[in-house]
Amino acid sequence: MFSLFLEQLLNGLQSGVMLFLMASGLTLVFGVMGLINLAHGSLYMVGAFACAAVAAWTGSFWLGLVASLMAAALAGALVEMLVIRRLYKRDHLDQVLATFALILIFSEGTRWIFGSFPLFLNVPEALSGTVTIPGGSQYPIFRLAIIVAGLIVAAGLFALIGKTRLGTRIRAGEADREMIAALGINIDRLYTVVFALGAALAGLAGAFVGTTQSVQVGMGEPVLILAFVVIVIGGIGSIKGALIGSLLVGFTDTMGRFLLPIGFEAFFDPASATAIGSALASMLIYIVMALVLFLRPSGLFGTEA
Amino acid sequence: MKGTKTTIAALAALLMAGAAQAEPVKVGMITTLSGGGAGLGIDARDGFMLAVKQANNPDLTVVIEDDQQKPDIAVQLADKMIQSEKVDVLTGIIWSNLAMAVVPSAVAQDKFYLSVNAAPSQLAGKGCNKNYFSVSYQNDNLHEAAGGYATSAGYEKTFVMAPNYPAGKDSINGFKRFYLGDVSGEVYTKLGQTDYAAEIAQIRASGADSVFFFLPGGMGIAFMKQYAQSGVDIPLIGPAFSLDQGILGAIGDAAIGIKNTANWSKDIDNDTNKAFVETFQAEYGRLPSIYASYGFDTANLLLSAMGKADVKDADAFRDALRAADFNSVRGKFIFGPNQHPIQDIYVREVVKEGDVLTNKIIGTALIDHADAYASECAM
Repeated sequence: MFSLFLEQLLNGLQSGVMLFLMASGLTLVFGVMGLINLAHGSLYMVGAFACAAVAAWTGSFWLGLVASLMAAALAGALVEMLVIRRLYKRDHLDQVLATFALILIFSEGTRWIFGSFPLFLNVPEALSGTVTIPGGSQYPIFRLAIIVAGLIVAAGLFALIGKTRLGTRIRAGEADREMIAALGINIDRLYTVVFALGAALAGLAGAFVGTTQSVQVGMGEPVLILAFVVIVIGGIGSIKGALIGSLLVGFTDTMGRFLLPIGFEAFFDPASATAIGSALASMLIYIVMALVLFLRPSGLFGTEA
Repeated sequence: MKGTKTTIAALAALLMAGAAQAEPVKVGMITTLSGGGAGLGIDARDGFMLAVKQANNPDLTVVIEDDQQKPDIAVQLADKMIQSEKVDVLTGIIWSNLAMAVVPSAVAQDKFYLSVNAAPSQLAGKGCNKNYFSVSYQNDNLHEAAGGYATSAGYEKTFVMAPNYPAGKDSINGFKRFYLGDVSGEVYTKLGQTDYAAEIAQIRASGADSVFFFLPGGMGIAFMKQYAQSGVDIPLIGPAFSLDQGILGAIGDAAIGIKNTANWSKDIDNDTNKAFVETFQAEYGRLPSIYASYGFDTANLLLSAMGKADVKDADAFRDALRAADFNSVRGKFIFGPNQHPIQDIYVREVVKEGDVLTNKIIGTALIDHADAYASECAM
């Protein structure tokens, strides 16, 4: 039981770390530019498809990973310059409409290029196999690698925001965009860079997750919903909130699916315990979100509006 | 001179009456063409349209719409098709939760519904309807065969897993109905779930000697990949949906050797099936899946009824459908009393032919199998 519990904790951590890669880009774009980007999930899909296509073509997952970063960043930069730039001054409803249109364009475009059937993408040889974790369970090396990679990216992102000149500008842009424009900073370029950075993180998450799931058109939307839950819990615009929110959602979802059916078995027969437990488990993160919003209406680390 | 004119007019009237005798039939196809379940709907559509194209019957028109795997959209589409498109027959729905939202109200409005896939138990027993035909199966069928296979293969502790929606419940019930061993664990996952790490950990800890899983479409791909990566080597058993042609390529070699149960396979030995597999491959450049076979049979059933009766004469048309007088890719095809098929169900194994993964029949699990709900249907 201990090893199973530990394994589920790792699973929760892994799902939380992947969510953070998605949510950080989303919250960054919202915080700096005040833009609701529904097409963030499409950039995740772009990353997964780029990785699968390049990995299939060259036989190397690592080249695929590089391709996913580049393709998603490029797609992000292009989208920002062609479409998003016109939306900053509009209200949120226009942004939602336009970025929803982008979802449809990306989905149909991907279907047009790659067809409707899922692509093949597997873990690289070097990271396949399992290791024994304390308690005796086997745990896939690749999932551990995802956790480590995700944590490194998270640390890098915090350093970038907190310690570098670009980070200072991003934070300044969040606080007062007229002021930094007046100080002679090229705000257009800053926005493009931030958007491309968020897109690259989403693309990276897509490539990682694509190796364990189905690389298919529309794969971004379910993750997008979770990423929105995360940034609402964490407080919109806060990277720290996104990290805490991601881990909270990852752990809640995994442990809920694992523990709730077991917990209900104390009160019901096994069949109904499973049914009730799994039904409740799928609602659990939304219940957590409602609770957080009830106690802290602007999220855990949100600034008071 | 006047006499000639009258004769010509009479002849023309006769000719026109002759042409009008074959009432055109309009079919509304609501199926999943986008999102994670798109592969299934596209296959069903392509199979259906292949039969339509081969028949080349000018009286048959088909309207196709994408339900996006969302019940509310499916309901809107059905309303639109019935009210403004004025279709005579509806078909195409892949997912049981969508079928439950659309079928009861459509058949109540005197439209025929021919199912290319989803056939929830609710519509087979007390909720059966004279205008509802399932060409594919009743949801439990393939899972019942999997239960039968697990028993005959000597498994005693099976872990069972299915998504939490009507077909998932039917799946687990069907499996248990024919499985004599113990169930060592039972899990309902979220429909559309993509990460199965938590469930795989439970499987590993359960001490099961086999795993039965029903996860159609992208869910099956995600589970199979993660299962292979996890290093758990407990044998898997599934219905055909978990290991179908459309998803094998994305799973890769991890699927080889896994047993699954199906009422169709590309190697069923009859001329109709051979021609179907060949023409489907020539038309679309890929092997047909089980959903494509259901679509193909559904269209041929409809065409056979159109040849016998006028769709506006509902009773005659219904009798013509019931007769099921067409060549099925499954070989024999008959409807039971609740208008669900009575059929053989095979055990298949995933094999690699050249560099293409596909399924091969290795035995028969159930012969002339009818569903468990037929006796509850009062029709």
